Amino acid sequence: MPLTLRQAAIALGLALFLAVPLLAEAGASPALLGLANRILIYAIAAVSLDLIIGYGAMVSFGHAMFFGLGGYVVGIVAYHTFGGEPLLGRSGSNAALLVWPLALAACALLAVLVGGLALRTSGVQFIMITLAFAQMVFFVLVSLQSYGGDDGLMLERRNMLPFIDISKPTTFYYLCLALLVIWTVLCSFIVNSRFGLILQALRQSERRAVNLGIRPFPFRLAAFVISAVGTGLAGVLWANYARFVTPDMAAWSKSGEFMAIVVLGGLGTLLGPIAGTAVFIALEQLLSIWTEHWMIVMGPILTLIALFGQRGIAGRVFGGRRD
Amino acid sequence: MTETTPAATPILSIVQLRKSFGALVATDDVSLDVMPGELHALIGPNGAGKSTLITQICGEIRPSAGRILFEGRDVTRLPAPARARLGLGRTFQITQLCNDFTAIENVLLSIEARHGGSFDMVFNPRRNRASMALAESWLEQVGLAGRGERPVSSLAHGERRQLEIAVALAREPRLLLLDEPMAGMGPEESAALTRLLLGLKGRYGILLVEHDMDAVFALADRISVLVYGRVVFTGGVDAVRDHPEVRAAYLGDAQPC
Repeated sequence: MPLTLRQAAIALGLALFLAVPLLAEAGASPALLGLANRILIYAIAAVSLDLIIGYGAMVSFGHAMFFGLGGYVVGIVAYHTFGGEPLLGRSGSNAALLVWPLALAACALLAVLVGGLALRTSGVQFIMITLAFAQMVFFVLVSLQSYGGDDGLMLERRNMLPFIDISKPTTFYYLCLALLVIWTVLCSFIVNSRFGLILQALRQSERRAVNLGIRPFPFRLAAFVISAVGTGLAGVLWANYARFVTPDMAAWSKSGEFMAIVVLGGLGTLLGPIAGTAVFIALEQLLSIWTEHWMIVMGPILTLIALFGQRGIAGRVFGGRRD
Repeated sequence: MTETTPAATPILSIVQLRKSFGALVATDDVSLDVMPGELHALIGPNGAGKSTLITQICGEIRPSAGRILFEGRDVTRLPAPARARLGLGRTFQITQLCNDFTAIENVLLSIEARHGGSFDMVFNPRRNRASMALAESWLEQVGLAGRGERPVSSLAHGERRQLEIAVALAREPRLLLLDEPMAGMGPEESAALTRLLLGLKGRYGILLVEHDMDAVFALADRISVLVYGRVVFTGGVDAVRDHPEVRAAYLGDAQPC
């Protein structure tokens, strides 16, 4: 009964995430909350990336550019708000309801630009073009000397939300959890919708879809932009979590990490990549305590899962439909 | 466009179509009409350029010269999706289905595609009773009743060929290009598919590419014979059967019927 197994897995996962702050307060480990919070933030990016790789077969090797851009918009606005000179004649704002939508809009704009060009190609060329754009974003961020260049940018404090105080770690954690849940529900609506039907058809047989009268480009671009906005949201949350942004957020290795997480969790399952994120980040944490060369262990694990677990660690539970 | 006596306007008109790949002329000055409701069969030996012709008609490749008219309208420069939206439907020689989808989802896709697809990101088409009932009725028509929930990857070859036709029909085309629908089928399956196509005859203009001569002779109103990219003969079933050049060029010793 895969349905009940799936529901049980969702309930268990949600319960675990809900319980983390209580466990941390009970003295399990102060680092636990931070670890779980990082998982939540990365999971938002992983779900977003799965939307286009798993459902649309658009293998973006540049998604870190949206992660980085989302973070940098928050960082740059904060820099001007606290102490820096005014930006375009404005003194800046620390209101999340202003800054976050601005960051997401910037990501959407960049995605329209990058997607508009990259989606003229497919396969390896698509991978290379997205990578190339991400590298451009990376080097632009490095060259922003007034915003710290290589060293990045510190944020004085987190953005402000009405009613809730996200400067408290637990509150911020629950906000991230809520956003992950909302985003995943939205994405699952998208993949099951009429739009999602067409997006998935384009992955499976573009020729069939085209000969039914479907123009692939607008559908793919829409999915690409949605995915970029989700990844940008993860970047926004990361900037607030760490109160620190660096060009590394947009590095190609970050894009690779996102991809590895999605493959690890199970392509085309949405929930699988969340499990993938948890395993990846927890492993990274544990292995790096044990040895600084943790990639020596992580690499083979990823390779084995990619080779033998075709649906990733949780694909079976969360029911990808590929055979 | 079609105001002037629709019956007299061919639904598809190919005028002096030519396609060359370097020195190879795959389509050599082909002219051909399909009348509304007519089943026009296109036969010819392997490598005669039948598939190349089909891909030009549906817009996947551009001809080097010549024109393609659909219901009197020049579509030579239109891309494939635009032609499909005008009412040009096709099936593929090698089955093109969404293999991760169930049978009924493939038909649903076709129903959704009637309007060029939708950006509706909330509504699940599988939950729409009207769409599902419509999709189910198309499955029934091609003999796949009750098989809707099966993933395509678990369907037999013959069933996939039937589904291929259901998908094309659900798009509600006015012209059907059937590219070797019997390919890889056993005699019984072929006979069943021939009966299905007989039932469709008259409702669509159909251009049928097929090697199964029993099926062609049973179905066709007119037959064109394509050899080395040229139409060497067009005529009724009896005329084609008896035509010496056709026998020599294509039918050979097969002695149909």
